[in-house]
Amino acid sequence: MPIVLLVTLLLVPVAAVVGRRGARAASVLALWPAAVTGWLALELRAAHGGAPRTDLVRWAPTLGLELSFRLDGLSGLFALLVAGIGAGVVLYAGYDFDGHPHAGRFQATLFLFMAAMLGVVVADDVYALFVFWELTGFSSYLLVGFDHDRAEARRSALQALIVTGAGGLCLLAAGVLLHQAAGTASLSGLLERGAAIRASGAFPAIVVLVLLAAFTKSAQFPFHFWLPDAMAAPTPASAYLHSATMVKAGVYLIARTTPVLGGGALWTGLVLGAGGLTAAMAAALALRETDMKRVLAFSTVAALGAIVFLLGLGTPAAIAAALAYLVAHASYKGTLFLVAGVIDHATHTRDVTALSGLRRAMPKTALAGALGAASMAGLPLLVGFVGKEMAYEAALAQPIAPVALAALLVVASALMGVAGLIVGWGPFTGHRRSHPEAHDPAFGLWLPPLALAAFGLVAGVAPSLLGPTLSLAASAASGRPANLDLAVFHGFGVPLALSAATIAATVGVYAGRARVRAALAPVATDTGRLYRAALAALDGISERIAPPLQSARLASYILVFVVTSGALAAWSLRGKGIAEGAIYTPPRGLEIAVAITILVAAFTASRARRTMVAVLSLGTVGYAVALLFLLFGAPDLAMTQFAVETLTAVILVYVFWQFPAVDQSSPARKKIRDAIVAVAFGGVMTMLALESSTETTSRRLGEFFAAKSPTEAHGRNIVNVILVDFRALDTLGEITVLTMAAIGVSALVRIGAEERAARRRRAATPEPPTASTSAPADPAPPATTSQEPSS
Amino acid sequence: VSSPILRTAARVLIPLLHLFAVYLFLRGHDAPGGGFVAGLVTSVAFVLLMFSDGVAVARRAALVRPRFLLGAGLLTALGTAIVPVVRGDPLLTSYWVTVPTTSVALGTPILFDLGVALVVVGVALTMIFPMAEE
Repeated sequence: MPIVLLVTLLLVPVAAVVGRRGARAASVLALWPAAVTGWLALELRAAHGGAPRTDLVRWAPTLGLELSFRLDGLSGLFALLVAGIGAGVVLYAGYDFDGHPHAGRFQATLFLFMAAMLGVVVADDVYALFVFWELTGFSSYLLVGFDHDRAEARRSALQALIVTGAGGLCLLAAGVLLHQAAGTASLSGLLERGAAIRASGAFPAIVVLVLLAAFTKSAQFPFHFWLPDAMAAPTPASAYLHSATMVKAGVYLIARTTPVLGGGALWTGLVLGAGGLTAAMAAALALRETDMKRVLAFSTVAALGAIVFLLGLGTPAAIAAALAYLVAHASYKGTLFLVAGVIDHATHTRDVTALSGLRRAMPKTALAGALGAASMAGLPLLVGFVGKEMAYEAALAQPIAPVALAALLVVASALMGVAGLIVGWGPFTGHRRSHPEAHDPAFGLWLPPLALAAFGLVAGVAPSLLGPTLSLAASAASGRPANLDLAVFHGFGVPLALSAATIAATVGVYAGRARVRAALAPVATDTGRLYRAALAALDGISERIAPPLQSARLASYILVFVVTSGALAAWSLRGKGIAEGAIYTPPRGLEIAVAITILVAAFTASRARRTMVAVLSLGTVGYAVALLFLLFGAPDLAMTQFAVETLTAVILVYVFWQFPAVDQSSPARKKIRDAIVAVAFGGVMTMLALESSTETTSRRLGEFFAAKSPTEAHGRNIVNVILVDFRALDTLGEITVLTMAAIGVSALVRIGAEERAARRRRAATPEPPTASTSAPADPAPPATTSQEPSS
Repeated sequence: VSSPILRTAARVLIPLLHLFAVYLFLRGHDAPGGGFVAGLVTSVAFVLLMFSDGVAVARRAALVRPRFLLGAGLLTALGTAIVPVVRGDPLLTSYWVTVPTTSVALGTPILFDLGVALVVVGVALTMIFPMAEE
């Protein structure tokens, strides 16, 4: 598994480069997910009945950090979807983005997502799960906002990121609580310690947090609003992320944690409630839309609701039905999304009211669309029928209110079926009114939807092919061994009658779809209002908090920083005797001279009225401190300090060169405050230095490094060995921070240069008067770096 | 700000500074020095060239854009961190070989240190060059 993930990640830059040369060439990369699909199928066949495949990557074993991956039935089922549909989507995207200037970027992001999503389903550690989970949300953000020139796309991308990101944080919190309750962070370990978790006081919090994560990701009410808006993404991304795979991560999470968390009243109530409500509501709303992608998005939300609902029923039969439904949905919804994309590609519209009669012009696409729609409507001999039958059977077998549960599923299914017909049937039937130029596209565009549709047909005719995989997955999700016997014909009974009723209702509502649309149009469904209100409230709070903290005055930042760190250091020293047992050697003459230099230079810096004087005085302080390092036997530090001081002086001179010679003096009150803070901070630092020279642990550390450096790290310079070997992780973090700081500084300098250039241009050419009402050309915007007059 | 004296001094000093940086880098593991200081000294050499001959000349002398150094340095350091994981060892494991017939040991921490040095030069020049161009 780690190698599969690594190769997928390595394909990210490859896809970027190949895609830049030509989008179609990048289609070849579809061979990788196809190969992974084959490998997964073989692994799962081998694993049938045996122990699941596990892989362990030792990350930092001394810290107990390991990356573990586990491929059991449930993971395998989801991974198969991710890789299998991924192959189709990569092929499709290569042709869809032919000639697009950013085709490489798109393909690269698809592979990033693929790696992240595979990680989600095979991670066997709650923290790794969280990281991959957030990575899917991040790649979704990039894909939804792919057309970043459009404000709408940017807004939708941010909305999806915030909603699912908030859910991700809930997942992290749940992971920490689970780790504490069970004493292990491994998912397979958690499954074994269900009793301990259920007995812990944090159990209700864990349930709510896990479900919040799942509901936000899988677009369950009241968090569903982000998914229809996410249709701003290019169609292949919508088909892949926002229908077939990513939005099912929430379903995966629920299924994965059911053996541990499921069954209680809180869990069942929340899952059934959210799932049932989402299924019914979104299925109805789908009929309101005219944009094919939005129709499909709402029906996806509805299908996710139905799957979540089935998981909430909790019986092994219901869980198996949920998984069968999931596979069926991925097949027909993936088909229909890609069909919608092909139609969009050929006619440049996605409005179902403007499309009809395309069947002769686009026969291959029409075939895929018809198969997808029929499967979604639940016609026999298609995989949609299999999933639906199992769902009805599971609902009817419930001890409480079986009729109501089944009725809800029938209504939701019928409405979803109508949505499927609207996209997969409507555009191809009837009289051809427009788009004479439309024709079937290149094979890379019609093959993926047709292949997905064909899968639905094969799995519908011979559902027993799905049996072993679904059985493995269902037993992993329910915690009980399952052996599913899938058949085309379940015998005459209530489920079959319900299926027939569903199809009849579907056809009936489809015939009257125009009236239904008109009737639903006035329904207010702007459920994103809550989200926007929350964002506005947050903005309001920031507006109040930010100004005092973000004063744009360096002096006040330094004051806050010095006071905070000084107080923390003082707190850590509390209760310790003043420098008891500190090593004290009488000062030598040279040391006294250096100390006096430092004092004089520091005093000059604080009294300086001109910035240049202050800069040079501070430089003197720095050089003198470096000298002090040298005197106390720290040549490494001294050398670094000398070099840093030199470069800092250069930078400061450049910075202050720009500023006018302002009077730097502050009022007396401020001077006294600053003096008190400075002296107090200096005192604390002195105490800290004395204390650290007495601390026995620090001496033990010194002895450890002195002993181990030559033998274990082949170096006699302990400072350097610590930097590049013993504590290389710290160094890695530090150089990363340095890099970010450098990028930030260069960006600021560039922005400043652009603003100044713009101001010069404005000053050179006076603004022509535009209208009599216009205010005088606004003066230069206040630069954030300028020194404001002190209040 | 260029003067003949500065230019003449820079001609002599800059190669010496670069040599000194290499010296500091190589001896760093056993004696005072190392990638960080070496990077700083290299940056000082470029800043000196910038003073004497201007930013454009200094930029050309650096051969690559400072941003490239940032990326290259980080990737080098990251590479020495990740490669052990691929080989099944913990993150940041060091590998050493002793050059036959000598006591010189070569190890991956040297590469890591090189990454540090590249990042330091990159940081300094990314900050200073644009400022000087203003």
